[in-house]
Formats: sequence, structure tokens, C-alpha cells
Amino acid sequence: MTTIDFAMVDWSRAQFALTAMYHWLFVPLTLGLSFLCAFYESLYVRTSDEKWKRITRFWMTLFGINFAIGVATGLILEFEFGTNWSNYSWMVGDIFGAPLAIEGIVAFFLEATFFAVMFFGWDRVSKRFHLFSTWMVAIGSNLSALWILVANGWMQNPIGMTFNPDSARFEMSNFMEVLSNPVAISKFTHASTSGFLYASLFVITISSFYLIKKRHIDMAKKSIAVAAIFGLISSGMVALTGDEAAYEAAQVQPMKLAAFEGLYKGEANAPLVALGVLNPSKKPGDDQDPFLFSLKIPGLLSLLANRDSSFVPGIDDLVYGNSSEGIVGANEKIEIGKNAINALADYKSARKSGDVEKAELALADFRENEKYMGFGYLDKPEDTVPPVWLSFYAFHVMVFAGTLLPIMFLLFIFYTMKDKVAEKKWLLNFGVIGLFIGFLASQAGWIVAEVGRQPWAINEFLPVGVATSNLSTGNVQITFFMFLILFTALLIAEVKIMLKQIKIGFEEGH
Amino acid sequence: MTVCKTLWKVIIIKLAVMFLVLKIFFFQGYLDNKFDNDVQKYDYVIDQITNITN
Repeated sequence: MTTIDFAMVDWSRAQFALTAMYHWLFVPLTLGLSFLCAFYESLYVRTSDEKWKRITRFWMTLFGINFAIGVATGLILEFEFGTNWSNYSWMVGDIFGAPLAIEGIVAFFLEATFFAVMFFGWDRVSKRFHLFSTWMVAIGSNLSALWILVANGWMQNPIGMTFNPDSARFEMSNFMEVLSNPVAISKFTHASTSGFLYASLFVITISSFYLIKKRHIDMAKKSIAVAAIFGLISSGMVALTGDEAAYEAAQVQPMKLAAFEGLYKGEANAPLVALGVLNPSKKPGDDQDPFLFSLKIPGLLSLLANRDSSFVPGIDDLVYGNSSEGIVGANEKIEIGKNAINALADYKSARKSGDVEKAELALADFRENEKYMGFGYLDKPEDTVPPVWLSFYAFHVMVFAGTLLPIMFLLFIFYTMKDKVAEKKWLLNFGVIGLFIGFLASQAGWIVAEVGRQPWAINEFLPVGVATSNLSTGNVQITFFMFLILFTALLIAEVKIMLKQIKIGFEEGH
Repeated sequence: MTVCKTLWKVIIIKLAVMFLVLKIFFFQGYLDNKFDNDVQKYDYVIDQITNITN
């Protein structure tokens, strides 16, 4: 028997979280700023006003800095897959191979080819071809994100595959099913539109700073006008896609939904917690109130989860079962999962000994029970519950920030239309902190998505503890701190180079 | 264009650290490093997922 070293698993998870969160500093800006550059350049080509060209070149320079510092940070995640998560890597190789290869070949090359024209082709190609290149960079960047999120969506909702016990791999049986996975689609649309919103905030924050300092007033006002409209439209899209993401979570990851709402006892016409303080001593199955304080909106959670007023299962229903609602408890799933693992072990040994009949019986037994295979690795039903406090607060920080930002965009649009935006210092101060609010919401969103799905690496098939490699904790700790130093150095470099460019501003020569 | 030169320096240093230090010394693929072929890798992984306990 192999035992799981949970300290090593936790360090591997911490390392992956550090890398992913760091990577996500650059990605949303790439996704959104590429489109903003395309908008500014389109205005330049349409109006032939040189001011739009200078605006485009300035934001394009900041886009280039972000791209250069961020490029290839995602590859570190792939290093970690192979080293820290080798069981997982082996098992999903067939599923991830196709989307990641398409990402590398089509999207990245599209992005990289036109990237060169966009940066170095201002005086070498026609205006229209340059504009076309800028648009291609924006589309290519976002296509890259699509393929990555198809892979991530599959982990949250593994469909279009079968587990092959002869290769110990999940094998793709239907590419279109994997590609059109509703969780992947909602993740892609939510992540990309949140990137648009984040980039709009980036532009507003820097432009507000210029207006406060009374520098580049005309350029800053023009930048804000476009970014505020793009930000407002993106906010609406983020809300719609967020609603879809919550609906999909309710369908395929009901525990995640229950955790980020702190819902322990399920109910029909379930309320949504608008504001709340969790009771830190609350445990699944006890009778304590989950909240020390809460402000709830009646019926809204049922509407969000089921699009009607029907029953939303809580943590206790999912852990201990609820026969009146037809919910199977985790205990029963653990038993079924253990049967699947035992049948797989029998199949393996029967194949080794050449006993065809026994192998066929074991395989049939495995197929009957494989649906809950992952549960077989868990000790007790309560192990199926993700960290509730982290999921709950991250979700509510995200929603609170997501509600605040469209108000900010509306105010910027209103005062831009009245041509008074430069005079409203309180709004400009709000604008300066906009990026930090967006950053908080963006990182919180990923915490909801990834912490909320614990303990699973692949939903209900593979817990994180089984997905790891047999490494020593010390090894993982060393690389964790190496990354921390490397990433901090890169972040300092990015901030320094960006600040230098911001200090120069919209001058000629970008 | 000094910013361009600075960025190229950052990119080259970063890629060198990633591929010449991290990948070679710290992030060799666990299974690739331990086994010679896919059959051995399969045997290892199937053992891992059928013999594991908390």
C-alpha cells in the first residue's frame, strides 16, 4: 500500500496556486488590452487623427511589456504537471494533448506572427494591414485562453471520455463534447470578459492618474472614453457569464455552490447570502447556525442554481444524503468507489496472470462502479467538503467588487459625456484604485473556481492526493521558494519598466 | 527604443532560468526520469491508483 503524504500534497497545491495566480496577473491584461489597442487603432484608421495613433502606441507599449514579462510563465505550470502531478499527468495526457496542441500551434502562432507586425511594422506595412494584425493578436490571445479553459473545464466536468484500464488513462471519445462542455464555455466566456473588464480598469487607473497630475489631459480623456464603454459592456457580460457559471456549478458541482454560499441545509426557494460572517466552529452535520451574521435575499439562490424556486442541496445533504430529494450521500459513493478500485486491481492482476474470464468479470464490475471511483480514495464523507470559509469569502469579495465596478464605469461615461471627467477628483481617485479592486475580484474568482472544487483534481474521479507524484516535501518546498523569488523578481521588473513608461506617457517614440 | 532592449533582456534571462536551470535540475518529468517506456509508466500508475490509502 502507498500512503499519501498530505504535507507534500499541500505544498504541491500551494506551488501550483502560486504559479497560477502569478500567471493570472498577466493573462487578463493580455486578453483585454489587446482588444483596447485594436479599438484605439481602429479609431486612428477611421479618423486619421494622429492623437489616436499616439494613444494606440502608448497602450500597445504597456501591452508589450506585460506580454514580454508574462510570456511563458504558463509553461511553468506544465513543468509542475510532469514533476509534481505525474499520476494526473499520465491519466489526462490523452484529453489535454489535443486542446493544448491546438493552443500551441494555432493560437500562439497566430498571436506571435501578428505580434511582430503589430510592434515592429508601424512604418513597414500599410495602415490597414497593421490594424488587421492588431485585431489578429487580440483574437489569437483570446483563442489561446479558450483551449486552456477547455482543459480546465474538463477537469471540473469530465465528459467526452472513457477511462481505459489497459492504459490507466482517460481517453477522449468525443472531441466535440469536450470542446462544447458547458463548464468550459462558461469558464472561457467568464474568464475572457473578466479580462476585458480588468484591462479597462488598467486604462482608467493610469488615465485617472494623468488627469489628477494634469498631464496628457486630452489623451487620458480619450483613453477613458473608450475604456469606460468597453468596461461597462464587459461588466454586463461578466455578470451574465457568472450567472451561467453558477448555474453550471449547481448542475455538476453542487458541493462547490453550497460551499461558496455557506449553505449547509438545502432548501427550496433558497436565499442568497448578500453579506455574512461565517460561524468558525460550524462543522458539517452539526446543528450550529452557519452564520454569526447574515443578510439574505429570499429565493435568489434557487433562481441562480436552478432558474426556478426548486430545492438547492446543502453541504449536509450532499455529505450525508437526502432520500426525500433523491440525493445519494458520500458514504454510499465511497463504498461504490472502493468497489471500483478493487475491481480495477482485480482486473490488473487477472490480466497479468492471463486469466481472461476473471479479467472480463472484473472489468464489468469496474464499469458498473466507476462513476464514483474517486470517492473510493476518500476516508470519510466529510472529506468531500472543500474549505468553506475560503470559498465563501472569495465568492462574496468577487461579487461585491463585480457590483461596484459597473457603477464606476457608468460614472466615468456620464462625466465624459458632460466633458467634466477631469474636474471630478473624487471620481479620478476612485479610478486610480479601480485596478486594485479588479485585481482582487479576478484572483478571488479563481479561488472560488479552484478551491471550491476540492478535493478533486478531476471532478469525482481523481482526488488531488492521488494525482501527485511520490516526491519528498522538502523537494517541493525548495522549488516553491525558488518560484517565489523568481516571480517576485519578474513582478518587480514589470512594475519598474511599466512605471518608467507611464512616467514618459503619451510622448512620441513608443 | 530602450524599452525593447530591456524587454528582450528580461525574456532571455527568464527563458534561460526556466529551461536551463528549472527544467534541467528541478523539473525533470517524474515518470520520464524514473522509467524507460510507457509499459513501465502504466504499471507504476496503475499500481499507484489501485494500492493507495490515506
